[in-house]
Amino acid sequence: MSAIRFDDVWKEYGDHIVLERVTMEVEPRAFIALVGPSGCGKTTLLRMLLGEEQPSRGQILVDGKPLLAEPDADRGVVFQRYSVFPHLTVLQNVMLGREFRDAKFSARLFGAARRAAAADEAMKLLAEVGLAGQESKYPSALSGGMQQRLALAQAIMRGPKILLLDEPFGALDPGIRADIHVLMKRLWNETHLTVVMVTHDLSEAFGLATRVIALERSRNRPEERERYGATVSRDLEIFPRRRAELRSSVQPAPAGTTRSGKEHQPGRPGALVLKEQP
Amino acid sequence: MRLVNIRPGRQTRFYLLALPFLLVAIAYFAGSSARLTQNPNDKLLPALPSMVQAVKQMAFEVDPRTGGHLMLSDTVASLGRLGSALAISTVAALVLGIVIGLLPGANALLGPFVSVTSMVPPLALLPILFIVMGLGENSKIALIVIGTLPCMIRDLAMKVQELPREQIVKAQTLGASTWQIALRVAMPQTLPRLIDVLRLQLGPAWLFLIAAEAIASDSGLGYRIFLVRRYLAMDVIIPYVAWITLLAFLIDVGLRLMQRRLFPWFASVRAE
Ligand SMILES: Nc1ncnc2c1ncn2[C@@H]1O[C@H](COP(=O)(O)OP(=O)(O)OP(=O)(O)O)[C@@H](O)[C@H]1O
Ligand SMILES: [Mg+2]
Repeated sequence: MSAIRFDDVWKEYGDHIVLERVTMEVEPRAFIALVGPSGCGKTTLLRMLLGEEQPSRGQILVDGKPLLAEPDADRGVVFQRYSVFPHLTVLQNVMLGREFRDAKFSARLFGAARRAAAADEAMKLLAEVGLAGQESKYPSALSGGMQQRLALAQAIMRGPKILLLDEPFGALDPGIRADIHVLMKRLWNETHLTVVMVTHDLSEAFGLATRVIALERSRNRPEERERYGATVSRDLEIFPRRRAELRSSVQPAPAGTTRSGKEHQPGRPGALVLKEQP
Repeated sequence: MRLVNIRPGRQTRFYLLALPFLLVAIAYFAGSSARLTQNPNDKLLPALPSMVQAVKQMAFEVDPRTGGHLMLSDTVASLGRLGSALAISTVAALVLGIVIGLLPGANALLGPFVSVTSMVPPLALLPILFIVMGLGENSKIALIVIGTLPCMIRDLAMKVQELPREQIVKAQTLGASTWQIALRVAMPQTLPRLIDVLRLQLGPAWLFLIAAEAIASDSGLGYRIFLVRRYLAMDVIIPYVAWITLLAFLIDVGLRLMQRRLFPWFASVRAE
């Protein structure tokens, strides 16, 4: 649950301008779908949000503060591939974030009670994403769709404020993709996430998002390609408006509060028990 | 059917496997008997019985001078040197490989240095080692370490760098520190690759071991071979070479089994 602001962001690789004049405001708990032709800089934009790449000009603000220049636990991510760790079982993959948080030196949870508590939570989450019964398998024994669901569970277990998805479901067949869309919607409703998802699939974009943002180059002649970057060309709010619901506490906002004020209500997430880090 | 599509079955595979060994053996014994019929005292290609006799004497009879079994004590001495040197190389390569592979700063500092040192011909350093460390065990172990370590570090650092960038980023988004990434992401995935790297370095390691033992030693498999060379004792040399080959082969098989046993997830990762 974080507001993101792009303030005239440019990204250049040497002489090659990839993105230019990107300015946009993302309200907390939004679900943004980022679309655009191949090579227009969607992944680049996401990597800047992650902190893996720095803007060449302009700045990105999260909740009013400049973005941290390296990835951190506030921003979860699911890539198209390689998002889970091949040497860890399904359960170990999900628990990893907890172990990183609670055991600074050993990065392992010792003590039966502590382990059990974390494993319990992880198992609940795995059931939520439909991976119950798979917990002792290695990722290579899972299908592509299952691996992506595992990556989602792994990211969510750590309780990020922003979830970044780079064509997470691109390689999946339509049936499985529909299942994951249902799951994705539920996760978004039950947690306090602001989601930014890159996708090539317009129906996915319009089916899930609250807002669809298109990146496009304004000039596309071959000799101009590298000199002009892509920028936000369309910014569509989905109508009728889609809002993240807070399942358990549906209180009407008191008169005079803003919408975002209402959305900041710390409602308990539904079936998911996620402790936010102090 | 095209040759590229013909796959031998289980049985054929076994015969094919045995064939080159058999051919070498036949060629040897044919040559041996031809020479021995011309000159029964010929030492160059001894017949099987004389080799068996030599092995019996070396392996199963107590040597009057040392009071032990020569082949056993030679093997123990050689494997001791090889083992301690490879243990040093393996541990050092694991640590340095991960540090160089994971930290861009360490790579900038040490990467070129390691590349350059891996080009130094280790045998050219042997005289220096003998001068500095004396003729004892240390200089032999040092030679094997110097001969294997730089390549192992370089290969391993490369393997660490080949880990998908996504994994390193993902770990950070799960809140991992550099230390935690090294401990839970890089190291466990480097260990099975370390076994690969180690297997590749077994050949050079044996080479340096035999060379060091040949030049200055009073025990070891290499020492024995070069000692009996003076008497043209091919009936000892050939079984010793076969024994060294067998040992090297068994170590290799052992490492491969260990890799499969300890890292069940690795086979499918490598297949990708
Ligand atoms: N590290 C880099 N160095 C140089 N150029 C880069 C780098 N990363 C990306 N680019 C360039 O930036 C442009 C945008 O790449 P990006 O991966 O962001 O595209 P994309 O919109 O995600 O495309 P796709 O839909 O195919 O994934 C490409 O032309 C690419 O060549
Ligand atoms: Mg992309």
